[in-house]
Amino acid sequence: MSKLPKKITKKIDNELLKYPKNQKKSAVMAALQFVQAEHGWLSNKDLSDVADYLEIPEIAVMEVATFYNMYDLKPTGKYKISVCTNISCMLRGVDSLVNHIKQRLKIDFNELTKDEKFCLKESECMGNCDAAPMMVINNEKMYEKISPEKFDVIIKELK
Amino acid sequence: MIKLKIDGKSIEVQSKKTIIEVADEVGIDIPRFCYHKKLTVAANCRMCLVQVKNIGKPLPACATQVMDGMEVSTKTKFTKEAQQSVMEFLLINHPLDCPICDQGGECELQDTAVAYGASESRYAEEKRVVVNKNIGPLISTDLTRCIQCTRCVRFLKEIGGVQELGLVGRGEHAEISAYVDKSVESELSGNIIDLCPVGALTSKPFRYKARTWELVRRPTISIHDSLGSNLEMHIKDDRVMRTLPKENDAINECWISDRDRFSYEGFYHNDRLLEPMIKKNKKWLKVDWEEALLFIAKNINRSIAHEGQDSVAFLHSPQSSIEESYLIHKIADKIGTQNVDYRITQKNFDFSGTWLGCEISEIETLDQVIILGSNMRFDQPLLTHRFRKMVHQGGKLIFINALEHDLLIPLEKKIICKSQEYRTQLIQMLRAVYEIEPKKIINQDILAFIKKQKLNADTLQWMKQFVKGKNKKAIFLGQNALEANDASDLVFLANCLAESVSGLFGSLSNYPNGVGLDLIAHKQELKSTKDMMAKKISSLITLNIEPKYDIRANINLTDLIQKINFKVAITPYSGDAFDDFDCLLPMAIYTESSGSYINIARKLQSIKAITSPKGQSRPAWKILRVLGNYLDLDDFDYDSSEQVLCKVIHPKKRLAYPPLAAKKFNNKEKPLKKDGRNEIHPILPEQSDMIVRRAISLHSKKNKPLINIRQEVL
Amino acid sequence: MPDEIINAPVQKKLFPLCLATKDLNHPASIKTYISIGGYEALKKILTDKISPSDLLEEIKLSGLRGRGGAGFPTGLKWSFMPKNAKGEKYLVCNSDEGEPGTFKDRDIIRYNPHQIIEGMIIGAYIMDATVGFNYIHGEIWNEYLSFGEALNQARQAGLLGKNILNSDFSFELHAVHGYGAYICGEETALIESIEGKKGQPRFKPPFPATYGIYGKPTCVNNTETFASIPWIIRHGGQAFNDLGVANSGGTKIFSVSGHISNPGNYEIQMGMPFSELLDLAGGVWKGHKLKAVIPGGPSTALVPAHTIMQATMDYDGLSKIGSSLGAGSMIVMDETTCMVNTLKRLSYFFYEESCGQCTPCREGTGWVYRIVKRIVDGQGRLDDLNLLKDVSQKISGRTICALGDAAAVPVLSFIKHFEVEFEYFIRHGKSMIESLND
Ligand SMILES: Cc1cc2nc3c(=O)[nH]c(=O)nc-3n(C[C@H](O)[C@H](O)[C@H](O)COP(=O)(O)O)c2cc1C
Ligand code: SF4
Ligand code: FES
Repeated sequence: MSKLPKKITKKIDNELLKYPKNQKKSAVMAALQFVQAEHGWLSNKDLSDVADYLEIPEIAVMEVATFYNMYDLKPTGKYKISVCTNISCMLRGVDSLVNHIKQRLKIDFNELTKDEKFCLKESECMGNCDAAPMMVINNEKMYEKISPEKFDVIIKELK
Repeated sequence: MIKLKIDGKSIEVQSKKTIIEVADEVGIDIPRFCYHKKLTVAANCRMCLVQVKNIGKPLPACATQVMDGMEVSTKTKFTKEAQQSVMEFLLINHPLDCPICDQGGECELQDTAVAYGASESRYAEEKRVVVNKNIGPLISTDLTRCIQCTRCVRFLKEIGGVQELGLVGRGEHAEISAYVDKSVESELSGNIIDLCPVGALTSKPFRYKARTWELVRRPTISIHDSLGSNLEMHIKDDRVMRTLPKENDAINECWISDRDRFSYEGFYHNDRLLEPMIKKNKKWLKVDWEEALLFIAKNINRSIAHEGQDSVAFLHSPQSSIEESYLIHKIADKIGTQNVDYRITQKNFDFSGTWLGCEISEIETLDQVIILGSNMRFDQPLLTHRFRKMVHQGGKLIFINALEHDLLIPLEKKIICKSQEYRTQLIQMLRAVYEIEPKKIINQDILAFIKKQKLNADTLQWMKQFVKGKNKKAIFLGQNALEANDASDLVFLANCLAESVSGLFGSLSNYPNGVGLDLIAHKQELKSTKDMMAKKISSLITLNIEPKYDIRANINLTDLIQKINFKVAITPYSGDAFDDFDCLLPMAIYTESSGSYINIARKLQSIKAITSPKGQSRPAWKILRVLGNYLDLDDFDYDSSEQVLCKVIHPKKRLAYPPLAAKKFNNKEKPLKKDGRNEIHPILPEQSDMIVRRAISLHSKKNKPLINIRQEVL
Repeated sequence: MPDEIINAPVQKKLFPLCLATKDLNHPASIKTYISIGGYEALKKILTDKISPSDLLEEIKLSGLRGRGGAGFPTGLKWSFMPKNAKGEKYLVCNSDEGEPGTFKDRDIIRYNPHQIIEGMIIGAYIMDATVGFNYIHGEIWNEYLSFGEALNQARQAGLLGKNILNSDFSFELHAVHGYGAYICGEETALIESIEGKKGQPRFKPPFPATYGIYGKPTCVNNTETFASIPWIIRHGGQAFNDLGVANSGGTKIFSVSGHISNPGNYEIQMGMPFSELLDLAGGVWKGHKLKAVIPGGPSTALVPAHTIMQATMDYDGLSKIGSSLGAGSMIVMDETTCMVNTLKRLSYFFYEESCGQCTPCREGTGWVYRIVKRIVDGQGRLDDLNLLKDVSQKISGRTICALGDAAAVPVLSFIKHFEVEFEYFIRHGKSMIESLND
């Protein structure tokens, strides 16, 4: 019996259909994403469970989880705010937006707010530069052309 | 054939070689860190960049295949400049404190830096610091020194069979790590110490014990398993400080098992017996050699006088050298007893000639293999690696065993059954052969027997490919099968099976000198331990055996020994196993003595003493020679072990090895006893002999020692 | 010009070929795509049993070059795939789009996914591929999901899977995603990633065509490359080639971002003068003056305003001025831009995104970033500029993949064109631009 909930193993099984039977490892990226979407971040236990389910060494899962930026190996609070600070966003003023966010939430990059609600992450280009400056919440929801004022509104709605 | 030029030298090579392979062959030095001839090519360090004519960029010699007409330059300004810049990059984040690094003096980075590095660093920024990890009792990490060549990662994955280390993280933050708090468990793990080109992975037991230039290097071999791996022991003040592999492609390539690498710790365990001891009034007394030998002679002679020559017995270890075994046989012979044996874990003696059946390296060339009854990763870690290599190259392995023993090899088929079912398994395989190609079974008796058997559908299913494939096949019986009560039947059946598919037949016996000792015993037609049990034995001399632990699997023999009146042990160690003995003679361990051994592939190797015997201990062959004198037996005047060896092996004559075969086959239908004992008895690598049982570092926390040896060192 | 072109005045110069459905209702639906002639090319191929080699000739004729950045002729690349190899062959669409300033593949997936799918099916038919993957940038999650829906529509319409449109041709296509690693855009890193590993590029040769996913023959192309295929088959290779200029056939999407009035994707015919493209995007924002442009993404060289104003937007046009077309990610910088600060951000990017396997890139990108950062922190030294150039040159050409080369490009081009600004920063410990504004 897998230690992963049925809900997740079902998704992983679906993903496995994309690959040859003897290449279960291929599904590791998706499997980690499913677990993270469920738990908010990836604990060591999560990594072990995924390794177990896909029958690959735990260290191989660890390598993948630490290589790709969007996996979080530490708690990220309820809302993980990823702000792109790369060139196009920088040219359109993301630095002052970031300063505003840091002051507003009283945290620096890679920190959690006291109430563990928000976490701020610096991100590389998200391929959305026409909407600069921009941010993504919890890896999925994208917010475009953000000004400090707009940010405050968004945050309020997330409360 | 491909013609190319390296540094102006014209060379012709076979295709599919890389520049670095060709350069190595002709002795042109190209610096490298990530490349290793036995590992896959990573081409990540970029140290081996060379110039190839008409190509604008320098190319990595380790990953670039030679092509016809290629002109390679390894010493031009262009190449030097490329190599120097890589060297500079490697050094910017590397600590420059060689004097306090354990690798100092034998560091590939240090050596290469002297040749290619600049004298001054242009890097003025902060250096990277990496937190060390505890990866177990054998390997110490100093990860700030790591240059990310990934040799260790690749070794464990490719040679060790399972990925235990990884390069975790990305870019400059990437660091070598095991998973969370795991330690490296591979029985071959120590090789990553040799592979690490810098001081990031070093030997924990050896750490800070000596500097490389203080060490004297002496060749020897390992006698912990039946491979006879070639070793180089490093000695300081007459003490072995560490053990490294000595390359021998036919045996151990450039690897050794952890058991071979760290067993030297056992040489210096407090249990070492330093003086002869005799028991008087239930108390152990230290005596001199003369007194001990007189004591033994008196008691043996009394046994002979009162209970006949047959009342004296000898047991010697499967680790014994040919010389030791010859002399012990000779003493028995001269006394007039046939009670001599080394097969202390065997229960069936109606077969002989165990050997691999082929060269060790030949295993890699096999296509389909069946292994029956072997805890191979414990018994012969490096032989397992050859099978692993075979499978990685496309070979197929079918594994039948009584223990769920993970070989870390992708298997074609795995059957876990009781050891008493091995025989049935073989019968079913033969029955399947008969079904598929009836004419292939040549032995008429077996044919008649097999015809009567019921066909097993599952066996037929998987045997189809094995029988039909037109490729190199083999069947091997492991130590576990050889120790079965019906071992001779297994040998007989497996032999027929191999014959019927035109395959090899071999055994994976783990007796370190099994082939050599078999050679001597075969000549003498002696009795077995089974026969001894029927006799009344009143005196016993053991050689290099710790009965309680070495004969554990053989309950009857253990009982027999307990009942014997007068017992002498020639042994390097004392300990609770000798509590009921009467006399202990301190023998030198194998590295303190000369001796000859024949490995599982019938390769004879003679070694010399590389350190002097501890205390009053003496090489066993000398002890036996003197014992012969004290027992008043004639013809015991040998000046050297070579003289003894000559009695067994004539340098000019080919050795007449007995074939691997069984004398008879019991074709009676044997109903399976339901309650029969499933004989599994796996011996963990660090439990296999007296020396390794006392090599403290091998006893990691994870594999709890089966027996308690005091954790002390001389 | 085909009818699908919209007639708004300023957009006259646009040529929405890959983005053909963008301005239609429900642009991403299969119905919309079919309404503009979608899947016709595929149908014709399968009914008329056009031979793969004839189709390959059309691709070669079209002058289509890979839109992922390297500009390698697509027809030639496809001809490298082994013809009679046994077993699986893989086709991969590279939608990992991580080059800063690039967001064109996002729009193709968002608005015109079926054109990618049709392009891939045709590619599979030509190369006899059995399975395809579209590897989508993990950061654009909605597009990953919507592409999955497009695949379902196509499957239901019998366009994917076994016996496509009842022919004896079969091809399966899946969407997979990255999860935040720029390096996975590099084709061999992408292959490793699909195999479930870290995205570390492989040493080449062997090239993917002989040793790709699971060691099987594999062909990787950019999203825009695949999206161009159906048009080429429908209108003929020559027609596509004629859309562009010499050595640059067809149309190209330029992702315009930075100090521009209307950031966005502009699909134009190759060879358009830079100044026209700048106008199309509304010119430099806030009426500011143009200072410099990165025409194809940070791995292409920065060009100062006066030079770029003379250039045309095609492969040769940009290489003539010492830069290149790259992925068509045009980053516009106005007079207020501090070049030292900007370089700091770009070198941080390459430092962060280096996969870390090869020495020069792993160590060199960190070294470069730390020097630039030190300059920005007011701790610069005069010989830092020579050191920066030297270190960059020593990364370049010595690594497994082109990220090392790419990392050197901004350093060398920024210093080359704006050395004065760098020297000023080092001497005064502050930015020349900010000082001017003081
Ligand atoms: C560091 C690096 C990043 C890359 N990123 C991308 C990318 O995001 N998308 C892409 O299509 N090609 C990218 N490439 C180019 C690919 O390696 C490959 O050449 C391309 O996908 C081939 O497709 P094409 O021939 O259609 O251009 C990148 C290359 C490198 C070296
Ligand atoms: S150049 Fe950089 S990104 Fe490319 S393989 Fe080497 S280390 Fe990785
Ligand atoms: S030895 Fe060739 S790149 Fe490391």
